[in-house]
Amino acid sequence: MTVRIHVPLIFERSTPGRRGYRLPELDVPETPIEELIPQEYLRTEPPALPEVSELEVVRHYTQLSRLNHGVDVGFYPLGSCTMKYNPRVHEDLASMPGLSAIHPYQPEETVQGALELIYNLSEHLAAIAGLAKASLQPAAGAHGELAGLMVIKAYHQHRGEGHRNEMLVPDSAHGTNPASCAMVGYKVVEVPSDERGCVDVEALKKLVGPNTAGLMLTNPNTLGLFDENICQIADIVHQAGGLLYYDGANANAIMGIVRPGDTGFDVVHFNLHKTFSTPHGGGGPGAGPIVVSKQLAPFLPGPVVEKDGDKYRLVMPEHSVGRIRSFYGNFLVYAKAYAYILSHGPKGLREVSEAAVLNANYVMNKLKDIFALPYDRICMHEFVLSGSNLKKYGVRTLDLAKRLSDYGFHAPTVYFPLIVEEAIMIEPTETEAKSTLDEFIEVMRQIAQEAKENPEMLTSAPHNTPVKRVNEARAARHPVLRWKRDQ
Amino acid sequence: MRYIPLTKDEQQEMLASLGLERIDDLFQDIPAEAMFRGELDVPGPLSEAELIRHFRTLAEKNKDATKLVSFLGAGVYDHLVPSIVKHLIGRGEFLTAYTPYQPEITQGVLQSIFEYQTMICELTGMESSNASMYDGASALAEACLMACAATRREQVIIPATLHPEWKEVVRTYLENQNVAIHFLPQDPQTGTVNLEEAEDLPWAEAACVVVQQPNFFGLLENVAALESRIHGHGGLLVMAVDPISLSLLKSPGELGADIVVGDGQSLGQAMGFGGPAFGFFATTDKLIRRMPGRVVGETVDAEGKRAFVLTLQTREQHIRREKATSNICSNQALNALAATIYLSVLGKQGFRDVGYQCLQKANYLKQRLLEIPGLSLAFSAPSFREFALRGAVDWVELNKGLVDHGFLGGLPLARFGHPDLALFSVTEARTKQEMDDFVNILRGLIQ
Repeated sequence: MTVRIHVPLIFERSTPGRRGYRLPELDVPETPIEELIPQEYLRTEPPALPEVSELEVVRHYTQLSRLNHGVDVGFYPLGSCTMKYNPRVHEDLASMPGLSAIHPYQPEETVQGALELIYNLSEHLAAIAGLAKASLQPAAGAHGELAGLMVIKAYHQHRGEGHRNEMLVPDSAHGTNPASCAMVGYKVVEVPSDERGCVDVEALKKLVGPNTAGLMLTNPNTLGLFDENICQIADIVHQAGGLLYYDGANANAIMGIVRPGDTGFDVVHFNLHKTFSTPHGGGGPGAGPIVVSKQLAPFLPGPVVEKDGDKYRLVMPEHSVGRIRSFYGNFLVYAKAYAYILSHGPKGLREVSEAAVLNANYVMNKLKDIFALPYDRICMHEFVLSGSNLKKYGVRTLDLAKRLSDYGFHAPTVYFPLIVEEAIMIEPTETEAKSTLDEFIEVMRQIAQEAKENPEMLTSAPHNTPVKRVNEARAARHPVLRWKRDQ
Repeated sequence: MRYIPLTKDEQQEMLASLGLERIDDLFQDIPAEAMFRGELDVPGPLSEAELIRHFRTLAEKNKDATKLVSFLGAGVYDHLVPSIVKHLIGRGEFLTAYTPYQPEITQGVLQSIFEYQTMICELTGMESSNASMYDGASALAEACLMACAATRREQVIIPATLHPEWKEVVRTYLENQNVAIHFLPQDPQTGTVNLEEAEDLPWAEAACVVVQQPNFFGLLENVAALESRIHGHGGLLVMAVDPISLSLLKSPGELGADIVVGDGQSLGQAMGFGGPAFGFFATTDKLIRRMPGRVVGETVDAEGKRAFVLTLQTREQHIRREKATSNICSNQALNALAATIYLSVLGKQGFRDVGYQCLQKANYLKQRLLEIPGLSLAFSAPSFREFALRGAVDWVELNKGLVDHGFLGGLPLARFGHPDLALFSVTEARTKQEMDDFVNILRGLIQ
């Protein structure tokens, strides 16, 4: 069966008067609408939603889905995104009515199972982080960063050190780190990397000072390298009166191997949609719980769940930074992460990280003779190549990324981290079989060969995809963000 | 482990290719003092069958809407969700995709977001929408920050009639950027904002005034008066709207709103104990470059065919870092897709039917409950799908009694400082029979 290349918009399938889903007949006596709502509040023109049958909707979104690459479709080595298999049983569990059909304002006695789940997951994440207390509230990784920075800020203010307004951020950090700093009014102080790709300790010593609020660190960092000076870094920041924030985007490398709390981190966020395998859903929903040390626990965003005897209840921590979203966060996402932890257990989680690291090293080792490897050391769960050696053929990393699509692979993360020229960041994850890794290695080598012999094959790629290379510049220059009937 | 395909032989072969002997050799960069030597204090492993059993036990400790007839609302509503929504969003190509960074192989997600943005524009009457936010409350907080950036002002006016949790979220976000918050008072008679008592507010310095429509108490606010007041002082009108109400109500665009946000739970989402659903965010073309979050735009491919792509990314954190319009990265894409499918299958007429039935059924229950001696209407303004009743009763205790009869009663507003009020919500999912039974049981419990 061939994939239909162009699927019309759902609006373009519309036929006036056609209907899909129908409600039951209205069974209460009607009151004229004008008696219930003042005329001047009422709209005269209904929203122009599509008029389509149920089958047309099913076909439309089924066709659209077939234009899309997902983990279920093929290998997805998108660095820092941890595109591992998402167990299907988790979807069944999260859709049990006892979890999916409960209201956040039900009396607590009627939702004890839900509160128990939140409590248990909080405890398990604290155990994995090696820290005291979790708040599951943040809806995504960046939201976790925001929450964690608010906690750090509130802690300093509480101690009468509200003047601390500088957050140290390595030059290899995710863009969300500095953006989150700005959201809490912190000034970003960039820390350079050393020649081994880690925090430059000597530079760090000079950058800390009386205004240091803390340091945000991803460890392993975005180069996939474990910062071996972590304990010394923690000492430097702590001695200056700052706190250490752990960006958990790369936590798939360390479960059961390193607990961030043991290495001096005060705040950790986890991406449940990465490490704990709740699906990414095309960009969300995720969840970005934070776990903190005992001294920071009173500042957590709330509510959090406490256990009193055999009863669970929602409470606001004593000096909470407040609510960062309504209700209790992305609860059904928690259910899947909780299931993931339970199905693995302590040994299984460690095996996840071991296999993720082994897979990354295996692929790196088989590619480093044909692509530049700026930091040639054992990596953790991901590694960063440079496509700079393709430039002499007039080929860029972007072209390689597009060409991979022709072979059925999703591209790695490209042009990030910023400190590597023409970066290619590859994260295979533990759920990929060796045979898949071997195929990928083979294809990467083949593409490198094509770059040499037939660069046009890459610069005009992709060739076998539902659309050809997409003109991004045009979209930004003339933004068309919605469909209009007259188009 | 059942999700790790690696065999022992493969492991040895792969280690050997690296010149290593043991798995531990991979971790030689980790200093000894950083290594964790113990075993994580987590339970498991459980087999799939054991896992299902454990979850059943947890789920059975909750009383859900398949067992109880619910009149709870206040931000999360028990609406009907067509069956196809879960089937379509469950397709692996959607479910297991990341953010569509490679447009050539993610047209499915990109086009569906473009459709979503169009639908949000249709509902709100605005010119452009982003691809979704975490929820309505955080979307409103971001809207206030955007208004501050757009007007270069550092004060906002928000209504006392806003959802109390949304107020808290707005405060959390804004106080971290030293933005001052002023409250529009509530008229105790009508239950809506009282503009006459708001002369002292710093209108000329306000980046925006926020209005929630319908407000927390389910009441319809007079937006026109607020619009002329704030625009007369050079500030922005920010509306937080319930999307179902937009099937009947004049669109925020027609009312002159500059930024429109809301929570999308009522559009085809599970209640899920409050999450995940999604927030929506729409604005005028003039302000799009200040909008937070991801946006999909239409363009063409190398052969000139229509295609979709993430665009205006120079606003975003991965390009602009600390100068980004927001730090938001992951959003609630799959929930936004569910809403898109929901709105497609309901369609133009079906969506109006939902709003119309909510209005009629809520009005029916309101009139029936007012027959109970001791209960009265809390406020006089017109309402949509929710209404507050006043009664000298212990609403919390009453609700415990109602649960025993199979009902989730209205939300006691004691937790929000109104001990004599309860907020009732009625969706199209309720039947006349359920409402009549509820009235009888409640009457009995009160007497």
